Amino acid sequence: MTPVAHHTQSELDDLKAKAPLLVLDGVTKTFPGVKALDDVSFEVRHGEVHALLGENGAGKSTLMKVLAGNHQAERGQVHLEGEAIRVANPLEAKKRGIVLIHQELSLVPEMTVAENIFLGSLPTTALGIVNWRTLFDRAGRILDQLGCRFAASDKVDRLSIANRQMVEIARALVFTPKVVVFDEPTASLTDAEKVVLFDIIERLKEQDVGIVYISHRMDEIFRLSDRITVLRDGQVSGTLKTAETTEDEVTRLMIGRSLEGRPAAAPGAIGEVALELKGLSCGDLFRDVSFSLRRGEVVGMYGLIGAGRTEIAETIFGLRTPDAGEIRVHGEVVQIASPPDAIRHGIALAPESRKEQGLVLGMSCRDNMSLAQLEGVSATGWLDRGAEQAIYDEYAERLALKSPSWRTPVVNLSGGNQQKVVLGKWLSTRPEILIVDEPTRGIDVGSKSEIHALIRRLAASGIAVLVISSEMPEVLGVSDRILALYHGRLAAEFDAASVTEDALVQAISGM
Amino acid sequence: MAKADAQAGRSSDRQRLISGENVRRILQTQGILIAFILFLVAFSLSSDRFASFDNVSTVFRQVSIIGTIALGVTIVVIGGNLDLSVGSLLSFTTVLVVDLHDKIGPTGAILVMFAAALAVGAVNGLLVGFARLNSLIVTLGMLSAIQGVTLIYTGGQNVDIVDQEGTWFTFFGRDFLLGIAVPTWIFLVLAVALHIVLTRTTFGRRVFAVGGNPTASAFSGVRRARVVFSTYLISAAATGCAALILGSRVMGSQNNVGQGYELLVLAGVILGGTSLLGGSGSIPKTVIGVLILGFIQNGLLLMGYPYYAQWLVTWVVIILAVWLDVASKRGRLFTTTS
Ligand SMILES: Nc1ncnc2c1ncn2[C@@H]1O[C@H](COP(=O)(O)OP(=O)(O)OP(=O)(O)O)[C@@H](O)[C@H]1O
Ligand SMILES: [Mg+2]
Repeated sequence: MTPVAHHTQSELDDLKAKAPLLVLDGVTKTFPGVKALDDVSFEVRHGEVHALLGENGAGKSTLMKVLAGNHQAERGQVHLEGEAIRVANPLEAKKRGIVLIHQELSLVPEMTVAENIFLGSLPTTALGIVNWRTLFDRAGRILDQLGCRFAASDKVDRLSIANRQMVEIARALVFTPKVVVFDEPTASLTDAEKVVLFDIIERLKEQDVGIVYISHRMDEIFRLSDRITVLRDGQVSGTLKTAETTEDEVTRLMIGRSLEGRPAAAPGAIGEVALELKGLSCGDLFRDVSFSLRRGEVVGMYGLIGAGRTEIAETIFGLRTPDAGEIRVHGEVVQIASPPDAIRHGIALAPESRKEQGLVLGMSCRDNMSLAQLEGVSATGWLDRGAEQAIYDEYAERLALKSPSWRTPVVNLSGGNQQKVVLGKWLSTRPEILIVDEPTRGIDVGSKSEIHALIRRLAASGIAVLVISSEMPEVLGVSDRILALYHGRLAAEFDAASVTEDALVQAISGM
Repeated sequence: MAKADAQAGRSSDRQRLISGENVRRILQTQGILIAFILFLVAFSLSSDRFASFDNVSTVFRQVSIIGTIALGVTIVVIGGNLDLSVGSLLSFTTVLVVDLHDKIGPTGAILVMFAAALAVGAVNGLLVGFARLNSLIVTLGMLSAIQGVTLIYTGGQNVDIVDQEGTWFTFFGRDFLLGIAVPTWIFLVLAVALHIVLTRTTFGRRVFAVGGNPTASAFSGVRRARVVFSTYLISAAATGCAALILGSRVMGSQNNVGQGYELLVLAGVILGGTSLLGGSGSIPKTVIGVLILGFIQNGLLLMGYPYYAQWLVTWVVIILAVWLDVASKRGRLFTTTS
């Protein structure tokens, strides 16, 4: 096809600017007990990155799922390039060039990367048999384009979460996309991988693709986007030009107030050693790790994904067996063979992956929250529903959990609210030693600062807290001390008040 | 703001009891129950004998054996596993209790029979729970292993209780209490007991958790292996109760009486709506599922169809019930992506 000949380039540009690529008009969607979207209108122009922001449960993912055919709206219209369309399912959306990269990964772990990329549209020979050569060639080209360092023939279950994310993105590029929606794509990416992602977004932009970018990270949003739309309780509370606004203004649109600064540490409250690791090693995951954690103290553990942070936490919690070294709790050497042992010693671990490790998705919010302390809520083996309800009520309130009711299955909560249930489950065990692994992954800025403040308050009340995080501002903001990990070894230890960002970056990259 | 919303959500829970939304939710969650009621109404309209007390209590008595086993299997299934060994375990335990009755007396026979059942359950539980083997394979293997053991035990002969008049062992299969057959009592009392276990105890909660997400359960300090082990003990004990009913009703036993029961039992469990994927389901659902099976069989016989018609009809009903359930959840009959 030749380009339309009787328009000059500038006229074309004008036309494009006038007719937006994608328009959502008056979209309304209700779930049992919640009006997730209430008359939402939203547009994306050619070559624009349009950021979508809002608190956990504001309706961002739902809006995009309506667009991509995962949900059907009760009311509202979708126009693509000026034409009203009805999208009944995700495949139809893809064929029209609308691709959604989900917040929760949706790959088939047992299959190869290439099969996952072309799932539903595998290239076949004349006989209808899968053409493996073409499949791997084409998948390989897409992976190269993304700068991925794994092969098209690798099995997905061997890949790190970050690389799985890349596969998810690769999948989007199979259909020549017109609109690509990224739903919290960087939640589990390393900094290097983020750079690659941002490059891809730039390239898509140059090809005039419209991009919707959902994230809770203000720095990314201000770096990438041209416009920002803020959703609040299922309604649009404003659309702003990124160049003409500030983080503060966006935050206020989002949560109705400004954020306070760094939560104040409670000085002088630090007490005796609660947890001590001496020369702990586990295979080639980590070697000779020694550190201590005091009551009233928040220690940040910072390092790249794969540096062994999660594995150390899992070993302390009895999910892995160390080959060497010892763990002391309140000065005494303890054998922790399983999570129940750890829990008995007053240790809690809020794990990294909420879907796989944190939650029983089909269970209600309340039952998930009490799962780690069934003995606690009932000494006799009979469930004490009143005690369970009290836990739920207290922590739903403290964490500003947004759920239609206590009996809503967690699978129906927004991503950030699921994370809050995981936190509530462990905070409510009233541990003496609390380990949180990426505690604010997917959590909105307002709740994030509330959770940081909560962690500080917990420490002030005498709990020892270990915060594992890949987010520098988080470790810097919440910790008293910071442990830097590099390749399974403790590279350095810093005082959070005096460390520089540069020093941290050097320590975790082995310099 | 968000806090206020959360609270509003909580209290509105109690306020709107009869809204369109709640009606829809009831339709969605109780689809099987509603289908069951419609089904009963249809049958009662087409035959006046169907809804009589005598007929209904006959049906309850007939389903009591399958039902009792299905109660235990429901718990295994909610825990995320299968138990296909129950059919041949029923044969074995029935043969055992009947054979030992004349040798060591009814009390001893019952005790030995339950001990044997629990031993089988323990082996299943060890292999599936602690050794983490696939439950389908373990219990399928157990099915044929017990068949072998039963044949070795009887030497291929059928067993009988000689003095059928002078023993209280007839109680479990033939007697009535307050006008209701003892087998029905056993079925219903066990149902109530296991329902309480599942919904009111920490063990029950753990069964749901382990079936719903074994990894997250482990991360929460739930000892998966122990929970799974216990579910198999319960299943085996329930099968023992069924053997008591069966042995006492027939006062004798062929060495393959339980053949094929595992599938009927599973049909009842699925029909009730307990998911084979684990993590969801309930005892009342299974009771309804089993009753549907029983009433179909009974209704068809009353209407003069040959007994084998029930097999075909049962299959159709299972497919319809499961389909209805899935369709009501996704809001349409077929998926749109196929
Ligand atoms: N499948 C579902 N069933 C019932 N309710 C749902 C479902 N999906 C979402 N919701 C509800 O709709 C609301 C909006 O959820 P959504 O996932 O769109 O939020 P979000 O803005 O993406 O939040 P987050 O930042 O936490 O990802 C929430 O209250 C959520 O509980
Ligand atoms: Mg979301």
